[in-house]
Amino acid sequence: MKTIVGKVVVLGHQGVGKTSTVIRYVENSFSQHITPTVGASFFSCKLLVEDITVKLQIWDTAGQERFKAMAPMFYRNANAALIVFDITSTVSFESMQGWVVELTRNVESPMVLCVVGNKIDLAKNREVSRDDAIQYARSIGATYHECSAMHDQGVGLVFDDIARGLVRMSGSHNDHNLKVYDTENIDNIMANSSELEATDTGKEETVNLSISSIAHGNTVKPKCC
Amino acid sequence: MSASLEVEPGAAPESVLVTTDSFESFDHMSSSLEEIKNLNAVAENDESNMENSNHVENFDDITENVSLNNEEDDFVQSKEWAAKKKHIFVLSLAGKPIYSRYGNEDKLAWLFGVMQTLVSFVQANDDAIRSIHAGDTKFVFLIKKPLILVAVSRTHESVNQLCSQLNYVFNQIASVLTLTRLNKIYEQRQNYDLRRLLAGVERLIDHLLDFSEKEPSFTLGAVQCLSLASSVRDSISSAIVGACNKIKNLVFAILLANNKLITLVRMKKYCLHPADLHLIFNLVQASESLKTAESWTPLCLPRFDASGFLYGHVSYLAEDCQACLLLLTVERDVFFALSEAKQRIVEKLRRNNCLEAINESLSAKEDTCIVAGFPELRHYLYKCKSTAQFYQPSLSPPYTKCHERLTNLYKRAHQLLHCSTRPLKLLFEKNSDQAILAWDTRGFELYVVFEPLVDTNGAINSVGRLLNWIKKREEKLFHLNAPTF
Repeated sequence: MKTIVGKVVVLGHQGVGKTSTVIRYVENSFSQHITPTVGASFFSCKLLVEDITVKLQIWDTAGQERFKAMAPMFYRNANAALIVFDITSTVSFESMQGWVVELTRNVESPMVLCVVGNKIDLAKNREVSRDDAIQYARSIGATYHECSAMHDQGVGLVFDDIARGLVRMSGSHNDHNLKVYDTENIDNIMANSSELEATDTGKEETVNLSISSIAHGNTVKPKCC
Repeated sequence: MSASLEVEPGAAPESVLVTTDSFESFDHMSSSLEEIKNLNAVAENDESNMENSNHVENFDDITENVSLNNEEDDFVQSKEWAAKKKHIFVLSLAGKPIYSRYGNEDKLAWLFGVMQTLVSFVQANDDAIRSIHAGDTKFVFLIKKPLILVAVSRTHESVNQLCSQLNYVFNQIASVLTLTRLNKIYEQRQNYDLRRLLAGVERLIDHLLDFSEKEPSFTLGAVQCLSLASSVRDSISSAIVGACNKIKNLVFAILLANNKLITLVRMKKYCLHPADLHLIFNLVQASESLKTAESWTPLCLPRFDASGFLYGHVSYLAEDCQACLLLLTVERDVFFALSEAKQRIVEKLRRNNCLEAINESLSAKEDTCIVAGFPELRHYLYKCKSTAQFYQPSLSPPYTKCHERLTNLYKRAHQLLHCSTRPLKLLFEKNSDQAILAWDTRGFELYVVFEPLVDTNGAINSVGRLLNWIKKREEKLFHLNAPTF
């Protein structure tokens, strides 16, 4: 049995519902009065695609412009990008395209791209048509989903889709930087690494680093975030 | 009256906080960040570094959001708007609106124009406008290049107090952008519309203003600690030190809950200024989103180093313990190392029953004066100057319902003790509502509100007893050790 660990970055204009979408998926909750993300938040979750465990390490970034300079920190080495816009806002749709340009310019390794139109519960105020969005998503080789984090519609599909994309990628490309492990060994590796942590505090690497440097399977660039 | 105590309660040889009095400005730009980085000679990678890449992309002004509706139009012309007790405005030196506490700044362009004109008119004579007094209204100006901050107030706060509030607003803006970037922006383009970079920051400024009007910590320039047995506080500190001391370039570890400091561990040589800590409290309190997950947040602490960002791993300890832990470092990519350190800290605290102790203290209120055995006292503030920490009891009637009245009493007394022309050392004032005693000594400041019938002797006796009471509990009420990594 295989385990894939993928880094997912969530990008998009401020207020489109990036955090709400992630929280809907990870915690299955929704808050009307969530405050803007400051910097970025980190979530992790596990999915099963056929017999493969996919662990997603999700970086939910802040949409405000002043945090823009921080974004490379999160999309660098990402295996998948969730690019979110608000279907009731043309501005957010255009801003999202800016993110795609930045991604393609700065990230060389292959990436699973997923365009998400959020807030379909407000469909009566729709400004971006489904066709336009689909067409755009196709043009950049991304999948397209519409969802409502508020009403819990379609959010699960988005993350399923990303997980499947990562599984496909691990099978086809050679130059991806996905972390792939054989599960039989991963527990041992985990145990080793935590033992290491306990005794050898001088080591300042992260768990991910120490795992990847001794894991077999595909090689990993020794870098996190 | 003389203090009969050898050492004032809450004093400690070393302080976790900077205790200099000057709150006003940070003219000298210290470069603590550079120092720390050089100290550890970290090989910086050449990838775009946030504090070094201060170029401003996309200078175009915001064109969205221009569709303002009439409701907002009406509001700024309404009596309700005019009747607000305190307005705060921020504009650029060129007169561009940046922030208004009430109403949409775009609708107030004319007003910002007037403010800018007043400032530049006085500047033309090589002078600087400080304040205008008209009836019971004060107009206070603070010119902090590249911004102008204005308070229009009908509260009884002094010019100094209003100025200090404006300073906090400026620091809040510097805290999200860094002063270096702020200056650079306006060097490149004088009439830049700063609001595009401050999206979401209005919320922080709004909160800061409400917060600073309510909390005595701002008036006193001090912080309050969560009451904890000193053994518990020490074991929390040592859990943090143990988990973090091998992580290089970690500057501060701050644990706080409910606007109170639990512990602060710092890198040797560096101290945190209470004003910076207030900004951190404000950020944590105003950002519900921090509760949902671990965050990685850039944060500039203007009094510590206004030129660059620290990066903060921000998280709440556990579902069952709502204390917020901030690990601040100069490294921008050590999130996972800090995330692990946090796990280790929480495990350790859980094993030592510290989480329980924190929860207990959070749910148990501080004693009121009556419970503590001072029936003639209604409330008091005690600030230890050498540690910049203060203590106050829980509110008791009649102030539970009108907290504002108490705050105003304290502000007025504070102002009489600190006015620049004729500062008082001791003040005792009685009227039909209450009596207040305020006392400024070398080691502490004390403000006590009494029942109105207390006489001078009674008041002096009570104060003596009170100081002894605090002294006895100082280890619990104050953070006396200053742990370092």
